[in-house]
Amino acid sequence: MSSIMVSRIRQKQIAQMIADGKRLDGRGLTDYRPIKVEAGIIEKAEGSARVLLGKTEVVVGVKVEVGEPFSDRPNEGVLTVNSEFVPLASPEFEAGPPSEDSIELARVVDRGLRESRAIDLEKLCLIPGKKVYVVFVDVYVLNHDGNLIDASALAALTALLNTKIPVYMVKDGEIEKTSTYMPLPIKNYPIAITFANINNKLVIDPWLEEEEIMDSRLTITFDKDGKICSIQKGGQGIFTPQQIIEAMYIAREKAEELRKLVVKS
Amino acid sequence: MNEKIKLIDENGLRVDGRRTNELRPIKIEVDVLSNADGSAYIEQGKSKILAAVYGPREVHPRHLALPDRALLRCRYHMAPFSVEERKSPAPSRREIELSKVIRQALEPAIFLEKFPRTSIDVFIEVLQADGGTRCAGTTAAALALADAGIPMRDLVVACAAGKVDGVLVLDLNDLEDKEGEADLPVAYMPNLGAISLLQMDGSLTIDEFKQALELAIEGCKQIYKMQKEALKAKYLAIKEEVNSCLQ
Repeated sequence: MSSIMVSRIRQKQIAQMIADGKRLDGRGLTDYRPIKVEAGIIEKAEGSARVLLGKTEVVVGVKVEVGEPFSDRPNEGVLTVNSEFVPLASPEFEAGPPSEDSIELARVVDRGLRESRAIDLEKLCLIPGKKVYVVFVDVYVLNHDGNLIDASALAALTALLNTKIPVYMVKDGEIEKTSTYMPLPIKNYPIAITFANINNKLVIDPWLEEEEIMDSRLTITFDKDGKICSIQKGGQGIFTPQQIIEAMYIAREKAEELRKLVVKS
Repeated sequence: MNEKIKLIDENGLRVDGRRTNELRPIKIEVDVLSNADGSAYIEQGKSKILAAVYGPREVHPRHLALPDRALLRCRYHMAPFSVEERKSPAPSRREIELSKVIRQALEPAIFLEKFPRTSIDVFIEVLQADGGTRCAGTTAAALALADAGIPMRDLVVACAAGKVDGVLVLDLNDLEDKEGEADLPVAYMPNLGAISLLQMDGSLTIDEFKQALELAIEGCKQIYKMQKEALKAKYLAIKEEVNSCLQ
């Protein structure tokens, strides 16, 4: 990811504190930074949300159009997730074709939503094989201060929960837009939880400097029933099987907590 | 949609007749390409994959060179004819992601710090895809690195586990991957007990995950033996050639 420079002495300090169970910004090893979630910030989008995770800021906009389904799924709507590392978000981001990191981010968010069946895609079919709703989820990173995955996944879910889609009438094989809107059919609430492995210690929600010095990264996405729906290991280092299993239990608990921020039961 | 395909029959066997914890037939060969510094070929079921390594060599473009270690680059690519419907040869988003995770799976195994200001380029070409290509590709790439004589902490070996028809299975083929409930590719370094690639999609409880991870690691250990055999076979062949010359 962004190769901001972290001086050797600071690297040592961060790692040493983590070894002692503390963090530079005063958090415990399994504490998130303050999270702020706002829904419906872009009126022109069918759904939108902004998430602040400490200083990391992500906006997600949802646009819904009518298009053709995939040939192997004629009765289902289409979900597309894209992410944009906007150059204003970090000195490391450049305009141009999507970087490897931004593709990975979009695909991890996509997998969480898809595998948990967050959107009831079968309800998004208008005319089987011909016309379905196409849901575009665009992740816009506005300020990069680490852990883009969790912030983006949270923002994407919030935006989808906030999405209203136009209702269409189907008449003799033709569709006609009506003036009414309905909420997007949502069935599940996936939450991504990311760990950094720093000198064989797991810390949750790494911020930029921690990401810079981490050996490896692990993201686990849990659905509303406490089942794992997606995993992604990142970074150049390794995990032991024990570390991964330890992370699972912490993540399941944290996912419950985070879900309460976006889903009012 | 159309009725669900049965992936496990009444005898507990899978669509290709395997038991749940059984790997597909695997064939591995090392040093298959003469131009590359190292290369390997793997057939795992119907998946056929070539891997080649060039380097350590000069970095192009130069500004990418790292002052303290080698730059590892990896390209996972599927041939247009490797799948049912022709795949565009342009790298897809999936291929870009897989290139990244495979690179990160290999990286911890290599003593990159021994070769500052150079690049090591790994190319993985999927000639035929039938599921588990990122794993088989990683297995082959690690062998190609070893074949190129690049010092490594261990070989990296990868294998997937997953869940189909409610049963945990090893080494999913394409149909099981598409129709199954979960897919869990794992790359492992058996001597270090370290996991360097881990992905999952689908739905698993933590307990199922633990079992699936164990199953995948067991699979990795089996393939690890074949990997080492393949590497040795190359040198045994050379030894025999030398011996026959001496006689």
